[in-house]
Amino acid sequence: MNSTAPITDSYRSGPDDSGHFGIFGGRFVAETLMPLILEVDRAWQKYRNDEDYLADIRYYAEHYVGRPSPLYFAKRLTEHLDGAKIYFKRDELNHTGSHKINNTLGQILLARRMNKHRIIAETGAGQHGVAAATVCALFDLPCVVYMGETDIERQAPNVFRMKLLGTEVVPVTSGTATLKDAMNEALRDWVANVEDTFYIIGTCAGPHPYPEMVREFQSVIGRETREQIMQYENRLPDVMVACIGGGSNAIGLFHPFLDDSDVDIIGVEAGGMGIDTGQHAASLTGGQPGVLHGNRTYLLQNDDGQIRDAHSISAGLDYPGIGPEHSWLHEQGRIEYVSVTDQEALDAFQVCCRTEGIIPALEPSHALAHVMKIAPTMSKDQIIVMNMCGRGDKDVFTVADALGEKL
Amino acid sequence: MTERLQVRFEALKKEGRAGLVTFITAGDPNPETSLEILNGLPEAGADIIEIGMPFSDPMADGPAIQLSSQRALNNGASMAKTLEMVSSFRENDDATPIILMGYFNPIYRYGPPGFLNDAISIGVDGLIIVDLPPEEDDELCHACLTTGLNWIRLTTPTSDNNRLSSVLKNSSGFVYHVAITGITGTRSAEIEELEATVKRIRTQTSLPIAVGFGVKSQSQVRDIGRFADAVVVGSALVNTVKSALERDLAKQQIASEVHDFVKELAAGLR
Repeated sequence: MNSTAPITDSYRSGPDDSGHFGIFGGRFVAETLMPLILEVDRAWQKYRNDEDYLADIRYYAEHYVGRPSPLYFAKRLTEHLDGAKIYFKRDELNHTGSHKINNTLGQILLARRMNKHRIIAETGAGQHGVAAATVCALFDLPCVVYMGETDIERQAPNVFRMKLLGTEVVPVTSGTATLKDAMNEALRDWVANVEDTFYIIGTCAGPHPYPEMVREFQSVIGRETREQIMQYENRLPDVMVACIGGGSNAIGLFHPFLDDSDVDIIGVEAGGMGIDTGQHAASLTGGQPGVLHGNRTYLLQNDDGQIRDAHSISAGLDYPGIGPEHSWLHEQGRIEYVSVTDQEALDAFQVCCRTEGIIPALEPSHALAHVMKIAPTMSKDQIIVMNMCGRGDKDVFTVADALGEKL
Repeated sequence: MTERLQVRFEALKKEGRAGLVTFITAGDPNPETSLEILNGLPEAGADIIEIGMPFSDPMADGPAIQLSSQRALNNGASMAKTLEMVSSFRENDDATPIILMGYFNPIYRYGPPGFLNDAISIGVDGLIIVDLPPEEDDELCHACLTTGLNWIRLTTPTSDNNRLSSVLKNSSGFVYHVAITGITGTRSAEIEELEATVKRIRTQTSLPIAVGFGVKSQSQVRDIGRFADAVVVGSALVNTVKSALERDLAKQQIASEVHDFVKELAAGLR
């Protein structure tokens, strides 16, 4: 813990009315976007506690997404590591195969209440793109997904999935042609189509109220986990672990536990080829505070404030920023942020396949790699909960490539 | 407050014409050519010069300006070099107002107080920082005004009267009205609609009003110059640089193509 005192006695009270978590967050957008951001904020404030709205979300979460997702005791992995008991929160079993749909569902139901008739989204790995395309098909709204050309190449199955769902996938060639550029392009689309369009941001970043809104939609993960672990173990876990790109699955799992001081919370960033190589996506471990995509947060950047390229074997973690609430929790010392390399994630990926019969996405493989480091050092009556936030079908080509196998 | 902008707008008023604001990206395509372009702009007919500070992620700009930023960054552009460029322009021209346009992150890294002091001491007259709306005025706007630099803000077709009053509140120098909903260098505005919006903004401010985004030709400059106090041309100018590069022109030729285009635009206001 560092010595900075929290703003209040709770870690769960942010953001303030202007969208700040300490110095992080905010609304750093062009004036052309401000009226749109304010309109989303008004709608969010109006509906966030509206009984009909929440009932709508609950209905689709249960009948369409398949919630609650199981909290699964990973017995063989636990035996293999010979330490703490390991539980997986199985959000990879959600319809579409990741936690992303928790958020797209909440946002599209808000968009419908705002009478917006066209949806745009950005995507990196394609999981958010697929989740957005899915709810757009469900509610019969046209959808345009911006995706960096580099990501389109390495995530071909998800690109095709989006097309099957009736979404137009627009390749982004500007800048470095990855997730950050896709987000720039989506913002450009939004300012040019102010009347009818709603922008479904996929992670807990962007201008206020997005970081808060996305966190609230994803917090269903942590709320369910709390109930389930109390039911199975009659106590809270000792450690919780989740991977972090923008950080939406992590904040969703962690947020309901932030004020439980006995629960250690660990976020795992993508260390790529290793932090000292500069080829990584670990914004907190290897970045500095800056302003991008509407919020102040930790960013990978050079001394002149130019945004640097992120690198990770996992396209979903390959983003040079992180949600502003994570930056704040990092500075508060409430969450410990670590990183694991591409290779460690790949190793964990394979262990999970063979011990549990679960092919994890490369993103949670990062969380798992850290679990594999700490579980053996803990005692057998201790408990770790890890967010298995996505399944790995989309990654089999990348993994085959990394393992030198031809498909 | 630096006075070049006020003096220039008063002079334009006496002449009875609107001013031409030309945008170039600092260091595009390289430091030497960019300085050569800058130095020749006043003689070519630019009344006010807006210089873009290159940023890797210019989310409110279109492809033309993003590409120009990338050309500049690839050839070593930096915040320090942008300021040096203004400084060397000021050795021969102390009258033409210079506005720096950009995004907040490079300034945030540079350090806002140091940046403001350096900017004013080398002869910058104002700032347009695209991603600092009134909601974030504590970041730079207040300190900028205290330092004596103008804080120029964008108004947009989506700014209703309520929004206008908060946008205009800490504005100085002039108001930059964005003619279209969208990014720089794309579609063009309907003139009648634009004129009505400019009239509406005038009821709320006595500051001069410049109009930009999507202005590409002499005829557009002439049309907008009939009701605005200044007309901004940006993407079309950086596209001139791009097209000259594609034809492998030498430094002097790139600059003179830009200057010829500025002369043509300026003739629309005379």
